[in-house]
Amino acid sequence: MMDFPLLSILILLPIIGGGLLLLCKQNHLLARQLALIVSVVTMLLSFLLYIGFDSTTHQMQFVERLSWIATFNIEYYLGVDGFSMPLMILTTISTVLVVIAGWQVIQDRAAQYMAAFLIMEGLMLGVFAALDAILFYLFFEAMLIPLFLVIGIWGGPNRVYATIKFFLYTFFGSVFLLIALLYLQFQAGSFSILDFHDVSLTLTQQIWIFLAFLIAFAVKIPMWPVHTWLPDAHVEAPTGGSVILAAITLKIGGYGLLRFALPITPDASMTLDWLVIGLSLIAIVYIGFVALAQSDLKKLIAYSSIAHMGFVTLGLFIVFRITANEAITIGIGNGQVLAIEGAMVQMISHGFIAAAMFLSVGVLYDRMHTREISAYGGVANSMPKFTALAVFFAMANAGLPGTSGFVGEFMVILAAFQANFWYAFLAATTLILGAAYTLWMVKRVFFGEIANDEVAKLQDINSREMLLLASLAVIVLVIGIWPDPLLNVMHASVDNLLLQITQSKL
Amino acid sequence: MDGATYNQAVYQWMQVGSLSIEVGFMVDSLTAVMMTVVTFVSLMVHIYTIGYMHDDDGYSRFFSYISLFTFSMLMLVMANNFMQLFFGWEAVGVVSYLLIGFWYKKPTAIYANLKAFLVNRVGDFGFLLGIAAVLMYSGSLDYLEVFNQAPVMAGQTITLFGNHAWSLMTVIGILLFIGAMGKSAQVPLHVWLPDSMEGPTPISALIHAATMVTAGIFMVARMSPLYEYSETALSFILVIGAITALFMGFLGLIQNDIKRVIAYSTLSQLGYMTVALGVSAYSAAIFHLFTHAFFKALLFLAAGSVILALHHQQDIRKMGGLKKYLPITYWTSLIGTLALIGFPGLAGFFSKDAIIMAVHESTIPGSSFALWAVMIGVFVTSLYSFRLLFLVFHGKERFDAHGHPPHESPGVVTWPLILLAIPSVLAGYLIGTLVYGNFFSDAISVMPQHDVLSAANYHGLIGFITHGLLTAPFWLAMAGLVTAWYLYLKRPDFPAKIQQRMMWLWQILENKYGFDAFNDKVFAGGSRGLGWLFSRVGDRVLIDGLVVNGAARTVGLISRVGRKMQSGYLYHYAFVMIIGVWLLLTWFVV
Repeated sequence: MMDFPLLSILILLPIIGGGLLLLCKQNHLLARQLALIVSVVTMLLSFLLYIGFDSTTHQMQFVERLSWIATFNIEYYLGVDGFSMPLMILTTISTVLVVIAGWQVIQDRAAQYMAAFLIMEGLMLGVFAALDAILFYLFFEAMLIPLFLVIGIWGGPNRVYATIKFFLYTFFGSVFLLIALLYLQFQAGSFSILDFHDVSLTLTQQIWIFLAFLIAFAVKIPMWPVHTWLPDAHVEAPTGGSVILAAITLKIGGYGLLRFALPITPDASMTLDWLVIGLSLIAIVYIGFVALAQSDLKKLIAYSSIAHMGFVTLGLFIVFRITANEAITIGIGNGQVLAIEGAMVQMISHGFIAAAMFLSVGVLYDRMHTREISAYGGVANSMPKFTALAVFFAMANAGLPGTSGFVGEFMVILAAFQANFWYAFLAATTLILGAAYTLWMVKRVFFGEIANDEVAKLQDINSREMLLLASLAVIVLVIGIWPDPLLNVMHASVDNLLLQITQSKL
Repeated sequence: MDGATYNQAVYQWMQVGSLSIEVGFMVDSLTAVMMTVVTFVSLMVHIYTIGYMHDDDGYSRFFSYISLFTFSMLMLVMANNFMQLFFGWEAVGVVSYLLIGFWYKKPTAIYANLKAFLVNRVGDFGFLLGIAAVLMYSGSLDYLEVFNQAPVMAGQTITLFGNHAWSLMTVIGILLFIGAMGKSAQVPLHVWLPDSMEGPTPISALIHAATMVTAGIFMVARMSPLYEYSETALSFILVIGAITALFMGFLGLIQNDIKRVIAYSTLSQLGYMTVALGVSAYSAAIFHLFTHAFFKALLFLAAGSVILALHHQQDIRKMGGLKKYLPITYWTSLIGTLALIGFPGLAGFFSKDAIIMAVHESTIPGSSFALWAVMIGVFVTSLYSFRLLFLVFHGKERFDAHGHPPHESPGVVTWPLILLAIPSVLAGYLIGTLVYGNFFSDAISVMPQHDVLSAANYHGLIGFITHGLLTAPFWLAMAGLVTAWYLYLKRPDFPAKIQQRMMWLWQILENKYGFDAFNDKVFAGGSRGLGWLFSRVGDRVLIDGLVVNGAARTVGLISRVGRKMQSGYLYHYAFVMIIGVWLLLTWFVV
């Protein structure tokens, strides 16, 4: 389509940049400046994807296809559609934020820290752009290494337990993914994911493959009950690690379901949709209560992430129930689009809001070196500017209309009603639970009299932190007020996906 | 204006499949009345705030909040679709949250704002489900398209539990009304409004009396083309409204905080509006909303003036005899009070009598209960209103003067009082047009069998007033006034005696019927307990303890056993080999 290998450059630029960073170990300032330049250039290049994107087609765009390991029919095959492109832009923006967030905070081995994030960025972009299953799997696994290192080296006191738990959990999932991909290659004769979409499978085959995909991606999302690695990983991770974990890593799980499970095994997805719907609703309600009981800021936000990701999986899998609902006589077909696009918007929006929430916790942690909610109180008195932004993000987290947090939840709840009243009923409890755990936290941390001397001595955010949070606030507001441009790029891909999953492979 | 409805989209918020959700505005008669109320009261409150908040640290923050509120409220009333309605609905809730917690150091204020937001969210929960139902069955979120679909939807049913088919319109109506119950503080979602008095007084006037709390009333009136199809939903609204009107009025009788008395009065008056909605007298409800906005904003701002004069004293037991020190505040308060109790010729008289007459005409289930409730409510309203007036402005001086006598507030505070007193008297004269005319015909639809406001019953203003003088409500109001005078001016020792004799009743009222205690224990405590249980037992013990770490331990155990087996000694391996061969042999031979 384009001769300019934009996707390859997007993947390689940060990886090479990260490699170069490792050379300037001693010079922290140079390392930071280089990291900033590389991440900003990558971000600007990724905007070309949006500008050059043709939203009228579901075909893969910016395609690059080379033979790689011919013996096994493995290719270097890249391309993006309406699902992966927004997620790639989310990745590049998040990385810039992480670099800026670590600017002064990371004094210990700054070059390696920045390098890890840049390399991770390249690998995550690879995950979203890969159209060859082995290439995808390679990126999917490789991106764990820098993340593992970030938590293990720059993490908190209990980082070893957290990293091992994180690694085992995700590795446990990936094994199933690999088996499923190899099996599909035998059926399809190639490793192209697009060929996988067209391969015909019996229901039994589909169910096994579907379960393998579900385990692999459910761990990443994470879905109840394989979610317990996330709070531990977040608590131990440095701020930048938490941001990437929440903003991107979780999305890879949702993306995986979209790219693999739904189109490759549509009949199994339909047969087992009750399982995913059930787990999603548990994530929303059960985890909402769990979040209420947290005394650690990062754990609270981690649990809130799980609950929000519940909307993604719910949106993806209610489609079959909406199609089957005979009570819908008007606007047929809109419910399914609402559900899938709602799930996508929820992913993008959660990426920004969770990043902002973790950055806000980082602001507090850098000053007080504690994440215990009870150590705070009355922060509004000493940090008014920060409080204004933090309350805004809290409201966005609680799904306030006008912020991006509302759009996805609104769409999924509207769609869930068309599947079953009770799905919508349970999903809508997030209005109460989400507000309860978020605003109760706000009350205990920000409002009230100054709790102790340390809170009294807090310095308000500096211009670097202001830049970070304010730019996120603008993004969150813009998506909330005008989500149409974001949705436009997805329409063709969503329509195609709906076509794929409503046509039985049997 | 030629009376035509303005309805235009501004931009497309999202396009999903064939569904287009737009941001757009619709201005018809109903919106126009709401905009008049919102902008006028907002202006008065802005002016008043210049004086009232003059010495506060958050002076500019306060103005930015109330401007944001005015924006949100206008978005709510001017919306032409459900998404935008929900936007405005939640946005006013957030500003209310910010303003109740304006003095964020006060523990009571930040408790109250969290409570207000969460209780409202309970309402919004129902509201959002209602919107989802509207979308599913009408295929649109645009008001006009939904209203056009209403006749089709009216015949449909929906199954919720088992196989019982519910009327779709009843379900939609009740779900949407749950939202109104939160925002307009109807029992049992009323609990946040009295506590919201922790916010600065201008806010109590603007948000928690005149405008935001009436959003639910406005919404139901706006949805009249849907509600007309469900008598069950209307009955539900009627009964909830009647309960609120009567029982919240009782609570006003025993409050000692000047703002809380007025807050309970607001709850009770919102109940009257809801009752009017329930009997399909939408225009009477909006008319009462309209008049109430002026006199209740007036009463709150006057209360603020008193609080200012007494250096932030709010306890009416420590007031009294303020009439001569605060003449403007007193006379405007008197006008507001008379308007509130429905004294003939003042604004509240017209709107309240219109509601009572409508309830009298109505035949839908619950209307006879509602009639009793609103009748007794008139007496109670008059009693608590004059109790307040007498305790604050008349009788003995019980206040602490701080060395110098209290003095009247500055002009920026008193002028809004005067400007609000004018419509508190005159707004009622619009009754012929607003209630019995066809002013709202473009916005509100009423089915012939529900019509309780027929123009045939209305014989001009003079006729309405003379008729009012001969009917029970007027005499009930007078009885309330006289009782208040007797109890609080003539024999001020009586109330304490009554309280002692009726201790059990007083306890019930003091505990506000136990709603707060129940919510604290069951909902707040229950949620925290459930969270603790899920977190400690579910996540830590079952998932992490048993499955995750259990799996790790199992792997560890197996590897320990395996390690022991690979000892490196040749005779161990030889021994195992012999055992193995022996086992295989027995297996094959035997």
